[in-house]
Amino acid sequence: MELVTPEVGLIFWTTLSFLILLFLLGKFAWKPILAAVNEREQSIETALSRAEAVKEEMARLTSENEALLKGARAERDAILSEATKVKNQIISDAKDAAHKEGSRQIELARIEINNQKAIAMADVKNQVASLSLEIAEKVLRKQFEDQKKQDELVKDLLKEVKLS
Amino acid sequence: MINGSILKSKIFNISLICAFFLTLGAFPTKALSQETKPEGAEKKFDPKETILEHIADKHEWHMFGKSYIPLPVILYTDKGLEIFSSANLQPQGTVYAGKYYNYMLVNNKIKVVTADKQIDAVNNKKVWDFSITQNVASMWMTGIILLLVFFSISSTYKKRVGKAPKGIQSWMEPLILFIRDDIALPNIGVKYKAYMSLLLTIFFFILINNIFGMIPFFPGGYNLTGNIAVTLVLSVIILLVVNLKANKHYWKHIFVPNPWWLFIIMIPVEIVSIFSKPIALMIRLFANITAGHIIVLSLVSLIFIFNSLWISPVSVVFVVFIDAIEVLVAFLQAYIFTMLASLFIGMAIQEHHDHEVI
Repeated sequence: MELVTPEVGLIFWTTLSFLILLFLLGKFAWKPILAAVNEREQSIETALSRAEAVKEEMARLTSENEALLKGARAERDAILSEATKVKNQIISDAKDAAHKEGSRQIELARIEINNQKAIAMADVKNQVASLSLEIAEKVLRKQFEDQKKQDELVKDLLKEVKLS
Repeated sequence: MINGSILKSKIFNISLICAFFLTLGAFPTKALSQETKPEGAEKKFDPKETILEHIADKHEWHMFGKSYIPLPVILYTDKGLEIFSSANLQPQGTVYAGKYYNYMLVNNKIKVVTADKQIDAVNNKKVWDFSITQNVASMWMTGIILLLVFFSISSTYKKRVGKAPKGIQSWMEPLILFIRDDIALPNIGVKYKAYMSLLLTIFFFILINNIFGMIPFFPGGYNLTGNIAVTLVLSVIILLVVNLKANKHYWKHIFVPNPWWLFIIMIPVEIVSIFSKPIALMIRLFANITAGHIIVLSLVSLIFIFNSLWISPVSVVFVVFIDAIEVLVAFLQAYIFTMLASLFIGMAIQEHHDHEVI
């Protein structure tokens, strides 16, 4: 029975000690500890959510980058093909122009050559004509130095006229 | 090789220990007991008396063997305060003449006696014992330990803001979080924060005193949480908190039963339940811890009952086993007390949205 009979002294001291302990621990230990734990939990939570947001942002950026890259690549391809086209155009244009120019030049050259040839021929003809006239004159002068030969010739010519 | 492995094996070690005890048992036990008690008139060993003495409160703190720390005796008498050292009352049966009365220890309790060692029943009622007993002293010691530990942890939290716990902080944080997340939050609900200080203090107070109570010598060797006065105070605190913080649903539930004709039965039942809950808390903690101490002491007493060292291996093995269980019980009872306290608080402050029948 003594075992289950509470003693007044112990009740008094327990109450006093426990309440003091409760006050001191509550004020100087539990409150700061729980506040710190709470704060840390919250900071971890925000850090996690922030990390999640950053991850999403990264994914977004990556996909954006990819899109950009794709666009850039397409643009590059377009520019390249455009350039090739332009190059070909230029080359073919240049070729055409060169061709035209060449043929024009050739034509001009031919006309010039023909002209020059005609001029040269005319000149040669004149020279030949004057030379032949000179030669003929000289030959004729030589032949008609004696009268006999002149007569003979006239005779021959006359014969021919008769025949005709 | 084979010999080496046998030497290392645990079985060999155990058999060595058993052999040691068997050799001890071979000595004539009377020779040993005669050394401690040279007087021929041996008092017959009374386990009940010994055990009850061990689990009761004392006016001095026993350390090892017969050495003890004397503690102050504070008596509030009708004539005034009496303060003296408990060493004056030792050994038991010594009469100390105080300022107002003569005192003597009877079964570790201070009694007013007449000059011829007869208990003075009339004057005994005028004297209130507010002594710093072993339990009070040990409670202060564990209180100081709790303050030191948790103040240091609290300052560590301030120094290491937002960092992972370190050292003793990482040992206590899981317990604190356990009480918050698994005891307070589920049982009390959103308003748990106001009760955290109380629950944490109760939990660690019970836990540390349970564990120190298991140490068989100084600074342990006391039975604080197995003392009905201590558990009474703790459960009265719970009773007050529960009923002072209770909301109108709680009182309505008690005084306005539904349907109304249950009035006659339900109101007494509910009023009994107000008190039966804390009483259950009080008795559960007291009985569990006291029972643990009684079992351990009984098993040790076996050696003295049989008056033979042959029984000591059995006693030691069982005591170790029971001690292991008692460590579990130390945590379990601290947990259960805190859990039920928060459950009762939660029931009292809960907002009922659905109307229960009865």
